[in-house]
Amino acid sequence: MISLYDFYILNEKLKNKLRTEEFDKRKRDECLKLLGFWISPFSRRVEMALKFKGVPYEYLEEDLPKKTPLLLELNPIHKKVPVLVHNDKILSESHVILEYIDLTWSNNPFLPQDPYEKAMARFWAKFVDEQILPLGFMSLVKAETGIEVAIEETRELITYLEKEVTGKYYFGGKTIGFLDMVAGSMIPFCLARAWECMGIDMITHEKFPELNRWINKLNEVEIVRECIPPKEKHIERMNQIVERIKST
Amino acid sequence: MVEEVILLGYWASMFGMRTRIALEEKGVKYEYREEDLSNKSSLLLEMNPIHKKIPVLLHKGKPICESIIQVQYIDEAWPDKNPILPSDPYQRAQARFWSDYIDKKTYGPCKALWSETGEKQEAAKLEFVEVLKTLESELGDKSFFGGNEFGLVDIAFIGYYSWFCTYEKVANFSIVAEFPKVISWAKRCLKRESVAKVLPDSDKVLKSISEYRKIILGIH
Repeated sequence: MISLYDFYILNEKLKNKLRTEEFDKRKRDECLKLLGFWISPFSRRVEMALKFKGVPYEYLEEDLPKKTPLLLELNPIHKKVPVLVHNDKILSESHVILEYIDLTWSNNPFLPQDPYEKAMARFWAKFVDEQILPLGFMSLVKAETGIEVAIEETRELITYLEKEVTGKYYFGGKTIGFLDMVAGSMIPFCLARAWECMGIDMITHEKFPELNRWINKLNEVEIVRECIPPKEKHIERMNQIVERIKST
Repeated sequence: MVEEVILLGYWASMFGMRTRIALEEKGVKYEYREEDLSNKSSLLLEMNPIHKKIPVLLHKGKPICESIIQVQYIDEAWPDKNPILPSDPYQRAQARFWSDYIDKKTYGPCKALWSETGEKQEAAKLEFVEVLKTLESELGDKSFFGGNEFGLVDIAFIGYYSWFCTYEKVANFSIVAEFPKVISWAKRCLKRESVAKVLPDSDKVLKSISEYRKIILGIH
């Protein structure tokens, strides 16, 4: 049986805690802007992360390759999207931004909690952007006579991801996680469209049954669907990009 | 009981140095195995089949590859001593940003600096000088890249210090004269036991690269 005094103290402490949490939440959600580009998988994955956390943000479209003075001011080192502005904090590089989002809004964590699982997610994310992308796009587009070899080499890399997702709904397990956002924004909804306009069926059902299943599962996730560039417009733009690369 | 932590590395690799420094900072007992890069061990090839590169960190038999990922793993697996990353999410993001910058911007030019000649080497030198300018500016008056505490970005870049003499000699420029803040930062880092233990002698690096340039490139 607690005294009236104890009850008063407890009540004050609770009100204080709620006020602080509410203040923290309001402060966190105060000003969030994302500079992005509609076909950039790097900015699309940041949108997925923000929607996953249910955090409202203002989206500012960059009309690349023209870069606004704002972009150059906010990201003078790399001069690239995405850039996230959170109150007075400026962040760039999509993997850095994603990890910041996961730590700042601690509901629904999308990075694994276990250090080893986290290290693996980071490793595969780096693999997607630094191995699959250059080989599966630039090298492929530029390979005139050697294209079959480039396609096979890309498939060899993609096989690693096939193994990673085997037996799971998503790379993140039962729900999408960090690696689904990175690989999802890059492969099925970016590179695949480039491959389609080049007439390449890269991720065949026969060689990659698990990845195909994963792509179908991703399509069921509302926030992923909201963050995919519209297909026809995307393929048309990809065609232009591919032609431009081939002609240089 | 088999060693819980094994690190496969190469004495002159600034990437391997990162992981070793992190393990030393945390006081983790580990077995270091020197790899002969011209004759890679079956363990290395098995544990890093994708890149076949050092460093490879093995913890309880499970491999972790890529040095910055390894350093973060070490920080998270042994959280009690000498934190390598700050706890504040924005400070952590800054640390990750700068270590990623170092990786992206130095890998190509630094390799070309010692393995190339003529125009390719000149171009690499200019790129590396730009990186040094940026880092000199980012360092400013801070003791370390993260402020007062030694951390991820320092670990990411300090290994390159053991290569400075080599770069200066083979590409004919002075880092010591142009980048005083980076140099005094490096000397500050060297006062740490972990760094002093791990970094090889600059002379040893220079000798090894000079040999390479003599034999492979025919440069005396």
